[in-house]
Amino acid sequence: MDRRILDAFRAVLSSSGLITEASELKTYECDGLTNFRVVPAAVLLPESSEQVQAVVRICHQHKIPFVARGSGTGLSGGALPVANGVVLSLARMSRTLEVDIPNQRVTVEPGAINAFITQQVAPYGYFYAPDPSSQQVCSIGGNVAENSGGAHCLKYGFTTTHVLGMDVVLPDGELVHLGSSTLDSPGYDLAGVFVGSEGTLGVATRIILRIVKRPEVITTLLAAFNSTNEAGEAVSDVIASGVLPAAIEMMDNLAIQAAEASVHAGYPNCGGLLLVELDGTATEVETLMHQVNDICTRRGAWEIRLAHSEAERIVVWKGRKAAFAAMGRISPNYIVQDGVVPRTALPQIMNEIARLSRESGLRVANVFHAGDGNLHPLVLYDRRITGQEHLAEQVAGDILRLCIKAGGSITGEHGVGEEKKMFMGEMFAEPDLDTMQLVRCAFDPEHLANPGKVFPRLRLCAEKTGPYTPHPLELAGVAEFF
Amino acid sequence: MAGISTRSRPIPWNELERIASTAEAAEADAICGRVPKFIVEPSTAEQVAAVLRWANENSVALAARGNGTKPGWGAAPRELDVVVSMRKMNRVIEHAWGDMTTTVEPGCTVADLQRTLAEHGQRLAVEPLFGGHATIGGIVAANDNGPSRVRFGSLRDLIIGVTLALPDGTLARSGGKVVKNVAGYDLPKLATGSLGTLGIITQAIFRLHPLPQTERTLTFQFETIAAANQAALALLDSVLTFTGLQLRSSGPSLCTLDVRFEGIENAVEDQARRAGRMVGNLLPAEAGQWQSSTALWDESPGSICRFSVLPSEIAPFLDRAQSLAEPLAVRTRAVVQAVGVGLLRLDGPTDALLRTIRELRQLAAVRHGSVVVLHASGELRSQLDPWGEVGTALGTMRRMKQQFDPKGILNPGRFVGGI
Repeated sequence: MDRRILDAFRAVLSSSGLITEASELKTYECDGLTNFRVVPAAVLLPESSEQVQAVVRICHQHKIPFVARGSGTGLSGGALPVANGVVLSLARMSRTLEVDIPNQRVTVEPGAINAFITQQVAPYGYFYAPDPSSQQVCSIGGNVAENSGGAHCLKYGFTTTHVLGMDVVLPDGELVHLGSSTLDSPGYDLAGVFVGSEGTLGVATRIILRIVKRPEVITTLLAAFNSTNEAGEAVSDVIASGVLPAAIEMMDNLAIQAAEASVHAGYPNCGGLLLVELDGTATEVETLMHQVNDICTRRGAWEIRLAHSEAERIVVWKGRKAAFAAMGRISPNYIVQDGVVPRTALPQIMNEIARLSRESGLRVANVFHAGDGNLHPLVLYDRRITGQEHLAEQVAGDILRLCIKAGGSITGEHGVGEEKKMFMGEMFAEPDLDTMQLVRCAFDPEHLANPGKVFPRLRLCAEKTGPYTPHPLELAGVAEFF
Repeated sequence: MAGISTRSRPIPWNELERIASTAEAAEADAICGRVPKFIVEPSTAEQVAAVLRWANENSVALAARGNGTKPGWGAAPRELDVVVSMRKMNRVIEHAWGDMTTTVEPGCTVADLQRTLAEHGQRLAVEPLFGGHATIGGIVAANDNGPSRVRFGSLRDLIIGVTLALPDGTLARSGGKVVKNVAGYDLPKLATGSLGTLGIITQAIFRLHPLPQTERTLTFQFETIAAANQAALALLDSVLTFTGLQLRSSGPSLCTLDVRFEGIENAVEDQARRAGRMVGNLLPAEAGQWQSSTALWDESPGSICRFSVLPSEIAPFLDRAQSLAEPLAVRTRAVVQAVGVGLLRLDGPTDALLRTIRELRQLAAVRHGSVVVLHASGELRSQLDPWGEVGTALGTMRRMKQQFDPKGILNPGRFVGGI
C-alpha cells in the first residue's frame, strides 16, 4: 500500500491504531471460517466514530476496499479481508454509551461483546435476547452485520428485532443515523435493511439496542428419544398445541457423543435429544410444561429431565452450546452448515442427510434449532486423507441444495459471506439478486464496503443519478429538508 | 427524482386496457385530494408488472391501493394518473399451519386472512386500523400495526418474504417461507412502511402465532396522564406478559390504561389478578377498547397525527399537547400504545392545529421522536409537510428511491422529503 496513504491513516489513528507488520496482519487473515484466508494490506483500529469516518473518507478518496471486523467469530467468511484492502477492526470501540432501563434501551459501540450487554442489565432484571453460541466473545457490530440469531430467537426474534437505531458511516465517509430510539421513525426502514447486510453497506459506530425483561420463570425440559424422527414429531405436536417455547433444540446421537466427550454434559445416550425451554409467569410455565411433558411421553421419550434453577439449566444447555467445538473430539476437521427448511420438512431432510452421509462415507452430526427448522449439520472429515476435504465440501453443498429444494434457505444465522455466495444464484433468480443490489447501489455505488461478499456477481450501479425535483411544499417555503 | 412532467408524447391509454381491466376514476378515488384518471385492476403479478412497465415507459404516475382505507396518508402526490387497485389479488395462497407461515396476496383483507388462519387456530399478530377492511398490502405499505406489537413485534418483525413488482417490470422475490433466513438483503423490511414508493407488493409471506385459548382486558382509571404513564412503565418493567398496553385520554382530566392478557385460562386469571394488585382503580369491564384507535376516525373533519416517543415521554408529550391546545380552543383525544407509538386527534381551527403540531414536533424531536400527520384537511395539508423532519438518512433514502424508481412514477412526492 502506498506510503502516503498509510501516513494518512497514521495521522488519524496514531501508530498504535495502525498495523502493517506482516506477522501481525496474519491475525486478521480469516474469521471463524478458517479455510478462506487473505492477508490485508493494513489493519486499522479506530477508537471513535470520528476516526472511523476519517479513515473511511481516506479509503473512499483512494478507492481502497475495507472490511469491518468485530471479534472475528463469523462462520461464513464475512470478515475475510480483501487483498490490497484494509481491515477496520472495531475492537477498541466497545464502550456502553447509555443504559436506559425505564425505556428498555442500551446504546453501545460496535465492539461491545454480546454477553456483556446482558451482564450490565441483569441487575435490573433484564437481558439482551439474541444469543448466538459465541455470545461470550462475539461483538454487537458483528451481530448487526450478520443479523445473528441463537437458540432463543424462536420466541424473541433475531438481532434485527432488537436493533432500534444506529449511527452508520457510509462508504463515502458520511455519518448518518438510521432508525431511532423511538419506533416507526418516518422514512424507509434503513436500519432494517442495514442489519444483516454483512458489512456491505457501511460501518455501524453506535447501536441502540432493545433489552427484554427477564421472565419470572424459565424451565428447560430435556427428553431422550430413540430417533430424531420421534423427537421431530414431538416438536410438531408442541407447536400444534399452540405453545410458543423460548427455544426448541435437537441433537442427534453423533452430536451427543461429541458433546459428552468434550464437556461431559451427562446427556442420555439416545438417537434424538430434545431441549424445550419455556418461560413466562410461574403458573403459565407450570401448566404448559405439563402439556409438553405429556406430548414427549406420548411420542416415545424414555427419559425426561426438568431443569428449574439457573444452575440446572446451565448443565442442560452446556452440551448444546459446546456442540460445534466438541466436534474436534470426534473428528480432526468438520464443516458447519446453516441451512433452513420449513419445520415440517425436518424428518424428510434428516433422511436425505443420512443418505448423503451413507453415500459419501462421511459422518454428519446434526445439531439444530428444531423450532424454526434451522439445521446445523456438521460434516466430519480428515484433511490429511486426499480428496476428503473436497468431498466434505460437496456434501455440505448438497445439504444446502436440499434446503433450497424444500423451500428453505441457505443460511439462517451465519450469513452468506464468502462461503455461500455461489449458492445465492441457486436460491434466488437473477432479477431477485439484481433487485437486492439496488440497495447496495444506494449505499455503496463504488463497492468499497466488504466487496465480493454475499452476491455471486456484482451489479454495476448507474453512476449518475437524476436531478432532484423539489417538493412543491419546499418550493413554497412551507417545508424545509435537512 | 426525474420529473415525469417531462412527458413528451400522448399516453397510449388503450394499451393499459389491454393489460388489465381499466375503468375511469371518480372523485372518490382521490389520493390526498388528487383525482386519478383511471383505475386499473390487475389479477396477477405479471399483470402488475406489465402495468408498471407500461407506466414507466410512458411516464405515467401510479399509486397502488388496497381497499382505500388510508387515502389521505402521506403528502399529496405531485402527479397521479392511474390508481392500481389490488382488490382482485386477494387470495390466501398458502397457510402452512405446521410451519406457522402464510403466503398471501396484497388485496386480501386482514379480516379474510384472519378467518382463514383461524381454521387452524392461528393468526397474524397485528391489529391494524379499520381492522376488517384494511388489506395486507395496505397495512404493510403504511406500516400500520396496533396494540399487539408490545408482545409480538410489528409488521417488520412478522413479514418474512415479499415479491415486489418494480417500475421496469421486474418481479423480484426476497426473503422466503422460513422464519429464519439471512440470505441477501432484507427487502421485506424495506417494503414495510415505504408507502408504495419503491415497488408494488404482489405477494407477502408472514410468520404466524397461535390464537390464544382465552383473553382478558382490564381497564384502570387515573386522574392524570402522568399517573397512567407511571403505571404503564411499572407494567413494562414487570414480569407480566400482556399482549396490549394502551393509554387513552381525552381532554385534561382522567386517563385510562388498558392491559390485555392472553393464553391459557389459569395463567390469564393469575396475571389479571397480579396486574389488578399492582395498579388499582379498576373500572368495570367494557368492550371495544382495542378498536379505540380506529374510533378516532369516526368523526370528521379534524386532524390525526401518529406520534412516536420514548415510553417514559408519553405523559410529557400529551400534557404538552393539552397545554398547547386548551388556550387555542383545540380539543385533543389520544390513544397511545405504551411502547411509545400513539395517535393524537386534534379538533380546532387550522391555525391552532398548525401551531400545536409544530410545537409538538419540536418537543418530540428532543428525544428523537416524531409526529406524522395522517389525516388532515386540505388547508392544513397545504401548509405543513405531513412527515416532518426526517434526519440525516434522507439522502440515502433519496438514493434508494432513485435506484428502484428512477423516473419517479410510483406515488411521486407522497413520501418523506418529497420522495
